[in-house]
Amino acid sequence: MAAILSISDLRKSYEGGFEALKGVSLDIDEGEILALLGPNGAGKTTLISTVCGIITPTSGSVRVGGHCIIEDFRAARALVGLVPQEINLEPFEKVINSVRFSRGLFGKPKNEPLIEDILKKLSLWDKRNAQVKELSGGMKRRVLIAKALAHEPRVLFLDEPTAGVDVELRKDMWEVVQELKDGGVTIILTTHYIEEAEAIADRVGVIADGQILLVKDKDDLMAQLGQKQLCVHLSAPIKEVPSSLATHDLELNQEGDALIYSYDTKAERTGITALLNDVAAAGLVLADVSTRQSSLEDIFVGLVSGEKS
Amino acid sequence: MNWTAIWSIYRFEMARFFRTLFQSFLSPVLSTSLYFVVFGAAIGSRIDQVDGIAYGAFIVPGLIMLSVMTQSISNASFGIYFPKFIGTIYELLSAPVNFLEIVLGYVGAAATKALFIGTVILATSTLFVDITIAHPLAMVLFLVLTCLSFALLGFIIGIWAKNFEQLQLVPLLIVTPLVFLGGSFYSISMLPPIWQKITLFNPVVYLISGFRWSFFGASDVPVGTSLLAIGVFTALCLGVIWWIFKTGWRIRS
Repeated sequence: MAAILSISDLRKSYEGGFEALKGVSLDIDEGEILALLGPNGAGKTTLISTVCGIITPTSGSVRVGGHCIIEDFRAARALVGLVPQEINLEPFEKVINSVRFSRGLFGKPKNEPLIEDILKKLSLWDKRNAQVKELSGGMKRRVLIAKALAHEPRVLFLDEPTAGVDVELRKDMWEVVQELKDGGVTIILTTHYIEEAEAIADRVGVIADGQILLVKDKDDLMAQLGQKQLCVHLSAPIKEVPSSLATHDLELNQEGDALIYSYDTKAERTGITALLNDVAAAGLVLADVSTRQSSLEDIFVGLVSGEKS
Repeated sequence: MNWTAIWSIYRFEMARFFRTLFQSFLSPVLSTSLYFVVFGAAIGSRIDQVDGIAYGAFIVPGLIMLSVMTQSISNASFGIYFPKFIGTIYELLSAPVNFLEIVLGYVGAAATKALFIGTVILATSTLFVDITIAHPLAMVLFLVLTCLSFALLGFIIGIWAKNFEQLQLVPLLIVTPLVFLGGSFYSISMLPPIWQKITLFNPVVYLISGFRWSFFGASDVPVGTSLLAIGVFTALCLGVIWWIFKTGWRIRS
């Protein structure tokens, strides 16, 4: 699939020497959802703001749909929609006028049916004539999304779209994102919520200290990097791990009725067969066996802490 | 040229004006009436004529200029400062618009508001004094050019300002004194000779003089010089704004 967004060796240094982006390169395919994970101050917002034209890059290149964001900024920006992290809205304007303004600002002719459709999808139609200041926080965030969608962008940046949003609304947002994806919009979202990336992303990128540490297909990432745990439930509790099982590096749970074995799914041999044989040889009777795959959060924490150390 | 964007910015800004139409209308009418009561009736009755014109009528162009200049600056500076303050400027910076389009939208709206208020003041003044306009087309031209050039200055102030205090600073400390000392309420010929020369360094003198000429056919400085002064001032402001957007000074990091 062709890359709709191509970032190459992007750097941003501020006066005083702080380097917010240290040579970021990233290709994003048309129609995919990429979740960008990273701790506070990792450079997520700087990266998004640079692509959207709010921050001037120090060096490197960004192309949207083949258009350079500097030399051909009109064509590049026309393809991009941005939902910022902060709720930045003119408080005294009516919801519908604010959305109309965004469409006009991008040079698009009036299209009332489209505006109506966007507002209805985001459950804002009933509030279209309300002033923005009268809306709840969650609704204001949806107004930001409506504004970003008003000019029919092909690439949508969502900078922490569900920060401070309740669980129900978060799920609604995910549905909206999925609908947009189904409509062919490419979506790049930054988030602190690992479950968000896990729930909706096709690929996951991890950024820390101004550098992309990893970009991978979400399922591959979890399959490749995911640690799995095998839990061997015993029919009778034991006080300690028998010495004959010492080579397997097992943990005994607090109740003493389960042995926990961590293994790498990537490894050539998982060691499960040998473990189960040794457990039987040690005279332990099995009650049950279960496995648990580590979450994206475990992977993320492992990557970022590895970068720091 | 992204005309749709310019029109969108213009309409969005004008909507702000129409939301507070009553205040926008009432305030200049009230202040102008007060000026006429104080300067026209109370003090003006003791002043015979200035350059052969009744004092009440003489101050009309100066009064209009005073309001138009301050309104142009405050409308334009607030217009661009407010998006900076509340953060909505992200939308302007990420839109496919260039500096000229942004300026045309904001400055056009600010100038329109000032023009409206100038017209209201002119209409109000006819309730107090007899006014005849010698050169109506020139009057409109001077008024429009003044609105535009001072809205450009206001736009620069709005980008420069880091807080609301700074937003008020330039209009209060620089523009108001220049307007008051620029011959709004007197003819330059009434000043001592040395002050007549010093006052020529005040750019506002040229604007008020030209505007007054369009009313009464008499001016302190030649009309051509007045037009040239507005031209230079407008070009200077445009140059500064072009530089601001080129470097991203105080708007783009």
